[in-house]
Amino acid sequence: MTQTAASVPLGDAKRTAREASATTRPTRGRVGQERTNWSVMIILILCAVTVLVPLYVTVSMSLKTGAQAVDGNAFSLPSPIDFSGFAKAWELTNFPVSFTISVLITAGTVIGTVLLSALASYAIARNWDRRFFRWSFFYLLAALFLPFTVVALPQIQLTGLLGLANPVGVTILHIMFQLSFSILLFTAFLRSIPLELEESARIDGATTWQTFWKLIFPLLAPMSATVAIFAFLASWNDFMMPSLIIADSAQQTLPVIQNIFQTQFSTNYNVSFASYLMAMAPAIVVYLFTQRWVMEGVTQGAVKG
Amino acid sequence: MTTTASPAASTGRTAASADRAPTTTAPPTSGRSARRRQSVDRIYYLFLVPSLVLFTLAITVPALLGIFYSFTNFIGFGDWEFIGITNYIAVFSDPAILSSYLFTFGFAIVTVLLVNVVAFLLAVGLTAQIKAKTALRAVFVIPMVISGIVIAYVFNFLFSNSLPAFATAVGIGPLQESILANPDLAWISIVIVTAWQSIPGTLLIYIAGLLSIPGEVYEAAAIDGAKPFRQLWSVTLPLVAGYVVINVILGFKNYLNAYEVIVGLTNGGPGTSTRSIAMTIFTGFTGGDYAYQMANATIFFVIAIVISLIQLRITRGKAALA
Repeated sequence: MTQTAASVPLGDAKRTAREASATTRPTRGRVGQERTNWSVMIILILCAVTVLVPLYVTVSMSLKTGAQAVDGNAFSLPSPIDFSGFAKAWELTNFPVSFTISVLITAGTVIGTVLLSALASYAIARNWDRRFFRWSFFYLLAALFLPFTVVALPQIQLTGLLGLANPVGVTILHIMFQLSFSILLFTAFLRSIPLELEESARIDGATTWQTFWKLIFPLLAPMSATVAIFAFLASWNDFMMPSLIIADSAQQTLPVIQNIFQTQFSTNYNVSFASYLMAMAPAIVVYLFTQRWVMEGVTQGAVKG
Repeated sequence: MTTTASPAASTGRTAASADRAPTTTAPPTSGRSARRRQSVDRIYYLFLVPSLVLFTLAITVPALLGIFYSFTNFIGFGDWEFIGITNYIAVFSDPAILSSYLFTFGFAIVTVLLVNVVAFLLAVGLTAQIKAKTALRAVFVIPMVISGIVIAYVFNFLFSNSLPAFATAVGIGPLQESILANPDLAWISIVIVTAWQSIPGTLLIYIAGLLSIPGEVYEAAAIDGAKPFRQLWSVTLPLVAGYVVINVILGFKNYLNAYEVIVGLTNGGPGTSTRSIAMTIFTGFTGGDYAYQMANATIFFVIAIVISLIQLRITRGKAALA
């Protein structure tokens, strides 16, 4: 955690203070326990194994031959290693199409969420003394109290009527459900950016539009990263919304399309696990590169939200 | 970081934004805004209005429409008429709906307890004096980034193949059949997978809480002769109480919406023994019960609001908004 405080140039005062105080005592712990606590460590490693077992099973099952996979032994190593499951899964899930649809929905959600919520938050934070902006803030926050479950039926009905029972409709809904939380994070962050910076830009003749894009938006980068990661995870992994909104099963997203292995191809375990692996791998890869922001984001989201 | 726009570039942009401004909503005409008119740039409305419009269309309108239809006999298409609170009365005496509430609340309570106990203990471990802290933490967070439906399918295989095989080998009678097919035990599989998936988020919040405790507190406790377990119970736990509240409420709200893990494991079965509130509401989409299930959804909405208000009340000090 030591690097976090340094990496956020303009974190809000409270948070920076908290992390700074955390860094001043890196060896926090009980007195007399400066040495590694091996018993704790062993328990933690055992727990970590329970996290990894389902992932190991997924990988090993996906590399088995069809004949070895049906014996039902999840923990045996694949012998011989066989990649045909991937080829079959690629074909059955129409992977290029479902993957592209998932990528487009996710990319649209991430970009849309960051842009819309950053712009809205900037307008709100800089006009907080105006009733219209203040009320808009509380209005947009209302979705925090509203689970998708509650509005699902009318949304299905409306997207159908408007010709949005497709990936575009899902993208819009994903953005809207991310908006509240993202605006909450952005407005909190914007309050910590000193107004003097903007004033000096204005004196140099910059318009609001320019001030936002050239000064504020770059300063928001750490928070944009957090917002983007949340949008990415929520959108990429979502099952409920696409499965209910997208009418044409040929346009389904990658997670939803996995259900074909529950119905039609239920005993081709090597194929289904290869497909599961292809569906979860992109999120894991993104996570490996963005760990720090994911972890920070969760913490901040909880404290602010 | 101070970007200074060159005057030449700024004139070009000013023209562009001036063109844009008149198309936006007029500023409010209250006395306050009139007084400070020259300080408001109308482009701020352009920044905010797209979000407001989309949000209204995508969330507010459906929510109001749904509540409206809950007082009708609408079946999803065709004619309808008002039937007052008939749907609500019927919902309250519908055994299928009552059992879905019972199941979902029971499931949510058990899961909240399990997740918080495990996540808290893991967080204590991960902030203790150990090696490979970063690597271990990274591993524990992985479940958070995996699609719930996909991991439920993986566990589905483990519960229906590997667990019975293991139980047969070591001779545990009741587990020799898949627990997914057992109406009394199927819910346990849902708790396990949901917990597996949501421990990471909870864990990270507890880690933040534990790191906020000053080390001196433990020194004082140690001087007073408190053993590690006593320290955990009497020092650590009270000091992270706020984080416990956040985790319990956020978790509970999430688990009440349980859907995809159940779809991946039992699909509500066997029978309807693991059918959640969300699954019941969604039957309104296909079953011709649109208005009826909207009444159910409205009741669920009220419950969600009550829980959120409790959350706001408890965490108001922490949110520090505005």
